[in-house]
Amino acid sequence: MTIDLNIKVGGAAGQGLQTTGIALAKTLKKSGFHIFATQYYFSRVRGGHNTFKIRISDSPIAAMNENVDLLLALDSESIDRHLSELSDGVVVVDADVVKVNSSSESIFHVPMLEIAKEVCGDKIYSNSVSMGAVIGLLCLDMSNLEGILKASFKKKGEEIIQKNINAARAGYDYVKTNYPGGCKFSVNESGEKEKLMLISGNEAVGLGALAAGVQFLAAYPMTPSTGVMTYVAANADKFNVVVEQAEDEIAALNMVLGASYAGARSMTTTSGGGFALMTEALGLAGMTETPAVIFLCQRPGPATGLPTMTEQGDLQFVLTAAQGEFPRCILAPGTPEECFYLTAEAFNIADKYQIPVFVLSDQYLADSLFTCKRFDPSKITVERHLLSDSELRTKKEDYKRYKITPLGISPRALPGQEGVLVLSDSDEHDEFGHICEDAENRIKMNDKRMKKLELLRDEISVAKIYGDLDAAISLVGWGSTYGPLAEVVDILKAQGKSVNLVHFTHIHPLPVEATRKLFSKAKKTVCVENNSTGQFAHHLKLETDVKLTETILRYDGKPFSPEFIIAALKEKEVI
Amino acid sequence: MVSIEDYGNFETAWCPSCGNFGILKAIKQALVNLGRSPHEVLVASGIGQSSKTPHYLNCNGFNGLHGRSLPPATGAKIANHELTVIAVTGDGDCYGEGGNHFLHTVRRNPDITMIVHDNQIYGLTKGQASPTSEIGMKTKVQTHGVFNMPLNPLSMAISLDCSFVARGYAGKVSHLTSLIEKAISHKGLSLVDVLQPCVSFNKLNTFKWYSERVYEMDDTGYELDDRVKAFERSMEWGEKIPLGVFYVNEKPSFEDYLDVLKSGPLYKNPPATEKVNELMDGFI
Repeated sequence: MTIDLNIKVGGAAGQGLQTTGIALAKTLKKSGFHIFATQYYFSRVRGGHNTFKIRISDSPIAAMNENVDLLLALDSESIDRHLSELSDGVVVVDADVVKVNSSSESIFHVPMLEIAKEVCGDKIYSNSVSMGAVIGLLCLDMSNLEGILKASFKKKGEEIIQKNINAARAGYDYVKTNYPGGCKFSVNESGEKEKLMLISGNEAVGLGALAAGVQFLAAYPMTPSTGVMTYVAANADKFNVVVEQAEDEIAALNMVLGASYAGARSMTTTSGGGFALMTEALGLAGMTETPAVIFLCQRPGPATGLPTMTEQGDLQFVLTAAQGEFPRCILAPGTPEECFYLTAEAFNIADKYQIPVFVLSDQYLADSLFTCKRFDPSKITVERHLLSDSELRTKKEDYKRYKITPLGISPRALPGQEGVLVLSDSDEHDEFGHICEDAENRIKMNDKRMKKLELLRDEISVAKIYGDLDAAISLVGWGSTYGPLAEVVDILKAQGKSVNLVHFTHIHPLPVEATRKLFSKAKKTVCVENNSTGQFAHHLKLETDVKLTETILRYDGKPFSPEFIIAALKEKEVI
Repeated sequence: MVSIEDYGNFETAWCPSCGNFGILKAIKQALVNLGRSPHEVLVASGIGQSSKTPHYLNCNGFNGLHGRSLPPATGAKIANHELTVIAVTGDGDCYGEGGNHFLHTVRRNPDITMIVHDNQIYGLTKGQASPTSEIGMKTKVQTHGVFNMPLNPLSMAISLDCSFVARGYAGKVSHLTSLIEKAISHKGLSLVDVLQPCVSFNKLNTFKWYSERVYEMDDTGYELDDRVKAFERSMEWGEKIPLGVFYVNEKPSFEDYLDVLKSGPLYKNPPATEKVNELMDGFI
């Protein structure tokens, strides 16, 4: 990459930080760059110090790094906290509003408030002034920002649009006049104009669910999962989906199971604490063999933990949650593409095997914005595995919801279909679904259910390798850490090191032999996880007997950066 | 023609002469009287002796978790609103463990009939107090006698503006049958709280005790949508215990608000995968 520029917007919650950040990210995307943007925020509606970071590049990127080249400081805390992060960048600040002690040449004062009042008669337009100033300092054309402002304020009418554009232009002109040498990180507009999307992980999961034909979603709002619920709700009318905000997570998953039992493709969305309440119903899904997709977006626990930050701390919980033993499937996307395709796959696995399937994400993936190619809905298949009315008409024996079959998968009919009655039971039951506490029946039924796990194990995708197949060092990651780990591989390979990434998206069950093969050549294997105990490394050992040589763990609520991982690899003398 | 035999005749795990038998009989008869075929009916339940009912009825059944009969019943009704959905539950199941679901399902108002086997005791765990146990009732747990205020399900439901509120008695099967028929025919959430003597553990509220007290209300006495009057009547408990329909409030059901159901059951809608293309334009 020849361009790698990092913009940090800092301010208090309620200051329009997110609006400014997203508008800038969209503008830069329109200008032809690859974007990665991520948010760091606290659990409050107003106040507190939050940041929105945008990285732009002429090459595809999927991680944040630790540099700051341009700091747009909307409050004094932004200066106090982040000035030291700048190696050779500039700070854009309204010194009339934010007290700046430093007299460094890299501080660019832009009187945003004054300009907003002068040009638009209202200080609320100062955010648009700041956007114009940033675009001016990057020496980019104003037209893309104008286009984004037009789209953003479309609903508010022509006058508001024009005022925002005027404000942005005034900010742009101000820096052009006052900081003519300001284009020190002038970025030539990238020639690459392919039609990329700028999308968050949560939006991509929502799109995947809609593409898969989700019909019912019940959930209780919980950060950072809520984005999926709201995205599906926003498009529910168009896609014929019913979205219900349940009274609690217990109701949410129980409703989903009722809807799924009656034939609707159903899902719930939650985070760790909410999922803790769902565990009883998870067992119900296991016992009644009712398909369900559970989108679980992790944040640090225990209890309320760090509600707005990130962690991969719930894997072991999800692997074993609920009473007793039953098959389940866990998928963990690492990119928006994977969010889209794996969510759709989750529905097919749930329907085929009649089991609960998890899409395990986390705050970092959920809230970050990525540029990526359009998804291809034609690659999505909707496989329901239901008995048709005509199949039922020609049936020879009474319908058995839990019929024991060689593969363990019983034929699934729906209540309301003529000629069948469907009985589902949370107690151990016979093939018809009636309570049965006989020891012999218990073993048969348990075996029937567990057989499905082995069948799924044979079908499930193996981890993908990024980089050379037979590298000396294998970095091992799962889910959202894909971006920073892939970048580490690129950086180290450019330095002549033999490194690859083994990235797991299909977490459970693991295909044993195929997984072992991935590690047959590597001499050093390093598991990189956002938790303090190396949960995936344990899971891998338990399932496949692959023992990784090293772990790099981060559990301060923040995601990995390539620099963090490389520093840790050096410290552990892996490289 | 649907007959009572279509709903089967199963061996049960209930104690001899349990009040549940009367309720089971009334449910079957009500469904037959309404001409509902077994495949059109779904009985959802939680856990408890009452909640074994789906196993004793030859129709669709979802026997879920303790206290959780209402959420799956609601989910199933949304997925296929052509089903006649009955939630069978008990006083512990519905008013204790599932209290929150009770409150919010009343608010939601799906077209479900909720039949509560209210025996004022926990039977399956062998005789502890329930949310409706009377003050002073001694049990192995409430050794000094119950002192928590018993919950009044009818007053609670009326205060929440439940769409249909009735009380039946397991000892008056034909009266109960007519109440259940009315409840099923009513559009919206219907509560039928059924006084059901537990012959094994409740030595206080016995068949004899109830038979001396219950009376059928004259349901022409007041307009059924008079909430204040209904509330007054729901407070009557002691020497005389009224049975019948207490309150009816015709209002749109949950499903009425879901335009998507107008074209047919939700589960039959084909996926609109290709429409995702339009949404993706918004990200470019």
